[in-house]
Amino acid sequence: MPTNLLTLLPEIILTVTGVLVMLAEPMIAPGKSRKPLGWLAILGTLASGLAAFYQLQLVNASGPISGFYATIQVDAFSVFFHLLISSIVLVTLLASLDYFEGPVSHAGEYFALACFGATGMMFMTCSVELLMVFIGLEISSISTYILAGFRKGQATASESSLKYFLLGSFATAFFLYGIALCFGATGSTSIGAIAASLGTTATPALALLAIAMVVIGLGFKVSAAPFHVWTPDVYQGAPAPVVGMMSTAPKAAAFAVLLRFLFNAAPMYRNHWIVLIEILAVLSMTIGNLGALMQRDVKRLLAYSSIAHAGYLLVAFTSIQQDAVAAACFYTAAYAAMNVGAFLVITQLSGYDEQARTIDDFTGMALKRPGLSALLGFFLLSLIGIPFTGGFFGKFYAFSGAIHNGHVVLAIIGLANSGVACFYYLRLLAALYARPVREDATLLSPRKLAIPAGIAIAASAVATLALGIMPNHVLNLVQRATPETLPAFSVAPAVSTLPPAAPTEMTR
Amino acid sequence: MVPIAYYLVLAAILFSIGVGAFLIKRNIITIFMSIELMLNAVNLTFVAFAHMWHQISGQIFVFFVMVVAAAEAAVGLAIIIALFRARQTLNVDQVNLMKN
Repeated sequence: MPTNLLTLLPEIILTVTGVLVMLAEPMIAPGKSRKPLGWLAILGTLASGLAAFYQLQLVNASGPISGFYATIQVDAFSVFFHLLISSIVLVTLLASLDYFEGPVSHAGEYFALACFGATGMMFMTCSVELLMVFIGLEISSISTYILAGFRKGQATASESSLKYFLLGSFATAFFLYGIALCFGATGSTSIGAIAASLGTTATPALALLAIAMVVIGLGFKVSAAPFHVWTPDVYQGAPAPVVGMMSTAPKAAAFAVLLRFLFNAAPMYRNHWIVLIEILAVLSMTIGNLGALMQRDVKRLLAYSSIAHAGYLLVAFTSIQQDAVAAACFYTAAYAAMNVGAFLVITQLSGYDEQARTIDDFTGMALKRPGLSALLGFFLLSLIGIPFTGGFFGKFYAFSGAIHNGHVVLAIIGLANSGVACFYYLRLLAALYARPVREDATLLSPRKLAIPAGIAIAASAVATLALGIMPNHVLNLVQRATPETLPAFSVAPAVSTLPPAAPTEMTR
Repeated sequence: MVPIAYYLVLAAILFSIGVGAFLIKRNIITIFMSIELMLNAVNLTFVAFAHMWHQISGQIFVFFVMVVAAAEAAVGLAIIIALFRARQTLNVDQVNLMKN
């Protein structure tokens, strides 16, 4: 197989699947079930995940592969994010099969857009040319703008879509201006070439402005405060399974770009951008957690929680490169597992019309849906960061990396914030197991849990648990992901302070 | 010949006007136009730098930005129409169903 084709194999499979779904959509008579299209999309996503796994074998055997005139680079780092994104989309599609059954006859577009969105996100993580990153970012963003407003007829849906679109495009313009200034400072938009000439540029002010602009643009995409204003409204109005996907997959891709850009293209300005990252981290953690305390709507609460988690993830960026990449990759995986899981359970509990929205609606849910409530409780515990869940090790690696690199105050602020976060997660958890506030007829007749959705929720729960009791398997992959992204220029000493990926790490 | 800095300053001013209009204006179409203004300011920056570095890649970038902006406009206008049908208003201050 030609190298060029091989480097983009997962993306090509997903694109072809999306196009096939779009072509097959009109063949199905109106009013008929759209499930076959959903299964087609699921097969395509599965195939792209397998293709990414195949790439991993090749990378293991013969090192990073580059293609398309060195604009695409496949290494353990990109393969990790490919696997993560395809898993998230796979689980979301499984859970959406029955969600869109009935009320919406255009669910085929939903399945196609999920495939296209995943293509864009994967594209972001394997590009080492900022032009390609920009194209990937736009493919993923435009798909998710539409997905956010997919519950047609709901007044909040178009509002959610519009807010996401306006602020997303606004952020894109900042990101693009950053690329333009980077091009001005170095004469290139390729990450390798930028790294080579950014240190000796005649206009360091331009370079600093460029880095700041790129961080602002990506800060919007990962909903880091103070660029978080869109998050609560968008998450509240968008369909619950879509929120599960768009709160994890595009963020993972944006964090991947941020890691590559900051550590590979601009390591010589580390002392400057680390201040910016620290400010963003502290603001995100504090505003996210304090905002979540005041929410009554469960999706809004989880939106503020996702802002806080973006802050915890940014704390990981203050470590040296190896630790930062490993901790950030682990955190994105753990956060994806638990947050997708939580939103999929909420999808099942509240349904298409979202009869259960506020904490009061969820009160006493354990009496009616004991299994699902227990799982939601488990995901909430993982979001808190209880040991034996993925959330614990995510926070552990992020904060220990920060402490080892002298950012003790930052770690203390993070831990204090985790304490505040306990309050609102536990309030929701306690509500699940409390006496119902009001008897609601619709909630008393539980909908049957469809098998694909059940599999999806179970997979998220298993992933969360697996990341909590044997994190070394994933840590192995993410620690190997680092050297491939290591540039020739690194100002920090290359000594890893993370515990080695060994079974004994629990005792450290 | 016009110095390169003039183009860059003009682009920066245009970008700032775009940011300001995005934050101040209340009509959704105007807000959308201010985003387009920001993208065009970026395009001007790219062309200026491409000339400075004698590199064609900056001009190629502009074409990609224009294509993506067109795709974004198509989706964006569709979303705006969907919103107008549902709410009969284009004022962002009245698009506030979701508060706690």
